Amino acid sequence: MATSTSSDSGPESEAASRKPVVELDSATVRFCGDSGDGMQLAGSQLTSTSALVGNDVATFPDFPAEIRAPRGTKAGVSGFQVHFASTDIFTPGDQVDALVAMNPAALATNLGDLVPGGVLVVNTDSFDEKDLKKAGYDRNPVEDGSLDGYKMFTAEMTKLTRKAVDGLGLSVKEADRCKNFFAMGLVFWLYDRPLDPTQRYIDAKFGKRPAVAEANHRALKAGYHYGETTEALPSQYMVPKARLEPGTYRNVMGNTALAWGLIAAAKLSGCELFYGSYPITPASDILHELSKHKNFGVRTFQAEDEIAAVSSAIGASFAGAMGVTASSGPGIALKGEAIGLAVMTELPMLIINVQRGGPSTGLPTKTEQADLMQAIFGRNGECPLPILAASSPADCFDVAQEAWRIAVKFMVPVFVLTDGYIANGSEPWRVPDPQSLAKIEVRHPQARDNGEPFLPYERDDNFSRPWAIPGTPGLMHRIGGLEKQNGTGNVSYDPDNHQQMVELRQQKVSNVANDIPLQEVEGPSSGKLLVLSWGGTYGACRTAVQTVQKTNPSVAHAHLRYMNPFPRNLGELLKAYERVLIPELNMGQLDLLIRAKYLIEPERLNKVRGKPFTVGELVHKIEQIL
Amino acid sequence: MSTETPLPVLTAADFASDQEVRWCPGCGDYSILAQMKKILPTLGIPREQTVFISGIGCSSRFPYYMNAYGIHSIHGRAPAVATGLKVANPELFVWVITGDGDALSIGGNHLIHAIRRNLDINIVLFNNQIYGLTKGQYSPTSPLGKVTKSTPMGAVDNPIHPLSVAIGCEATFVARSIDVNIKHLGMVLSRAAEHRGTAFVEVYQNCNVFNDGAFEYATNRETKADSILELEHGKPLIFGKNGSKGIRLNGMNPEVVELGKGITEDDLLFHDEKATEPSLAYLLSRMRHPEFPEPIGIFRAVDRPRYDDQLDQQIAEARQRRGEGDLQKLFAAGETWTVE
Ligand code: SF4
Repeated sequence: MATSTSSDSGPESEAASRKPVVELDSATVRFCGDSGDGMQLAGSQLTSTSALVGNDVATFPDFPAEIRAPRGTKAGVSGFQVHFASTDIFTPGDQVDALVAMNPAALATNLGDLVPGGVLVVNTDSFDEKDLKKAGYDRNPVEDGSLDGYKMFTAEMTKLTRKAVDGLGLSVKEADRCKNFFAMGLVFWLYDRPLDPTQRYIDAKFGKRPAVAEANHRALKAGYHYGETTEALPSQYMVPKARLEPGTYRNVMGNTALAWGLIAAAKLSGCELFYGSYPITPASDILHELSKHKNFGVRTFQAEDEIAAVSSAIGASFAGAMGVTASSGPGIALKGEAIGLAVMTELPMLIINVQRGGPSTGLPTKTEQADLMQAIFGRNGECPLPILAASSPADCFDVAQEAWRIAVKFMVPVFVLTDGYIANGSEPWRVPDPQSLAKIEVRHPQARDNGEPFLPYERDDNFSRPWAIPGTPGLMHRIGGLEKQNGTGNVSYDPDNHQQMVELRQQKVSNVANDIPLQEVEGPSSGKLLVLSWGGTYGACRTAVQTVQKTNPSVAHAHLRYMNPFPRNLGELLKAYERVLIPELNMGQLDLLIRAKYLIEPERLNKVRGKPFTVGELVHKIEQIL
Repeated sequence: MSTETPLPVLTAADFASDQEVRWCPGCGDYSILAQMKKILPTLGIPREQTVFISGIGCSSRFPYYMNAYGIHSIHGRAPAVATGLKVANPELFVWVITGDGDALSIGGNHLIHAIRRNLDINIVLFNNQIYGLTKGQYSPTSPLGKVTKSTPMGAVDNPIHPLSVAIGCEATFVARSIDVNIKHLGMVLSRAAEHRGTAFVEVYQNCNVFNDGAFEYATNRETKADSILELEHGKPLIFGKNGSKGIRLNGMNPEVVELGKGITEDDLLFHDEKATEPSLAYLLSRMRHPEFPEPIGIFRAVDRPRYDDQLDQQIAEARQRRGEGDLQKLFAAGETWTVE
């Protein structure tokens, strides 16, 4: 596969052509260092640059919960993994082909993921006795031969960066802060990436501080030239463009895509978006993104707590707005009672859970899928509501709109589940033409002055009640958490009425199944094994099944978006396979629901390590079953 | 609303819903409901613009009895629900109806934040110093030593004073009235309604079933003149039968003085509801029976920017600067690339 070509994108292309270029289908690179080393920035620059040159990309940022853990410790290591390819990819990659380690702690915690013979870039300046000790090394691994199995490339990044920015009047601390750009420059050379997107980024970000901007420019180029001119690395790699569907693309993170999906849903339904939220990892970025877009009429409200956040969204929905609240598991727990109120008052609203490792405070920055049961059952009384789960960063955009469509059609709060992995991960997204997005129909009953009583709990064909909004003459009515008489909406303790209302609220949610697509399958429509997955594990499951399908065509994959109600063909579909495997980043929550509902006994693969599935472990499990 | 057709003239009866009122006979809530129905038609705000939000407790049944829009929400959360409602539609005329347990115990956090944001809403706290709906436990405003079902040997926690809390949260309008002082109550509710910003009103409300006579000192014909001080803006603090007593400042502290014997009105403390600094209002909120007469009326009424207005302004400004939101532009912002 190796071909030689010359680079025309880097600076001084004649120089670049001196070393051979090896062509690859894909590459996975991880930057890791102290949480203050700017690794997230390095990773995101490599991501957007790779996307811009036409690769398919998938990313996995991984950072500690502490904002500034003690320098040089393993607890403070922050990493960002980027997978870029000339083919369709769905995961950030199981193992890394190149690892950039800015200090010994980063090396110690990440080396296990580097493929044998992989490229290892090390900042030797931080491998002093003190930092080695903090990372648990007795001897310097760079010097003791223990890393001989890798293509190691050492650079005194700190010193070289200081030298590059010399004369700009920066303090040592400021100069050292540029070394992530040196590391980026090096990696950009290694993978034949152009520098100009990052150069534009530097100008935009640091334009107001010319000395800092210039220093970052210099560090970036210094890293690039260092790769080019030193002898340590004999070759460069290149990953050609992917064959993506024609269109305009951009890179999106899940939380951004979700925020944009909400904005789009509001526009498409003619409602104003109200977003009530309390800061929590990993959902806060939705609040940050939405608060930037006030020109869309978006009203963001940073509430005093999670309960106020959801309660304010209920008030906003009552007023006729698109009421939305978001949080992560612990915050959702606090919102439980108010979600019950939204179910009882039959108001349309969205509750978004960007899931993280639990229980309790758990693993705030790590991913998990363990809040499915919380979404389904986590309230008092019989309190059903529809639940949708997004499968990838870009899918968050579509799911937000679909959730709002269901909420207004069925007059019901809808849960949206995403997770830390897709919220912070990113992928290329084909930018849709806004004209092509489906309108969302909203009906508000009109003013009346004929003196006829208004019935706030009168039902339409879907059993939905009318969404009459304050300000409309003649439709004054009261709603609340006490059981309501069907039709009139008056408080009622009547046994028959309560039975009927509980059944109606359930039926309304069950009816959603008639309004959503049938479950699709990738692969044969019957066979030996169906892999049934949901939420953010889509990429890994899809890649794993595709891998196995190359040798065993009787494996299929179904990925659920609708967690409640399930698509109406799901039971039938499950029975078409000899076995069903449900891989989940929890202890078997979907598995329990499937067993209870369809009386089958699926195989399970459960992992709660705060990390997504690797393709390898899924393939291994599938092959074990077959 | 059309400017040509004059607003229909409404009466108290127009604000009554068709629901049977279910408070205990003799409950102070009836009087507050009656005064509310009486003052609303005088404000010229249509019923459909009016929304009552409540939490949980006896007082929180209030919205059901009003022919307006309403939510009987969950315990303590009414200020939060009202905030979302008002932010989503700043045109609405929003009332929060709450009680001492609802507002100051389970909902304390929402109350203080609603007040500091100064949204243009009115919060009426029915203070009966007891949990009525759950049948008689002590509340956060019950006095020390109060014997109730849950405190058979007397309450050992200090009570909280609603108006002191509100002033501590930078409230722009703070007032107090009494359920049976119907004229005064009507006046206070009207003033609250007219105030632009969060109006916080405490109403002494008798729970004749579980805490009868809690405010006897303030309502009894014999004692009320000495126990109550009616605040009037710009006037000296005078109380007692025939206005014979007053409040004077002695250093930082108020003291009760007899008028005459060399003490004239000019020596007394003068009320200033518009004082920029809330110190005077706070001092008044600390005056407790029996050491002092308890002030009723408007403690504080000042103007300060409102959350809902400011958010609206930001939205208008964003639209003016960047144009009405355009999805195409949003999606295309930043780096994009094209695949042929
Ligand atoms: S229990 Fe007390 S507050 Fe509640 S309705 Fe009866 S008298 Fe009124």
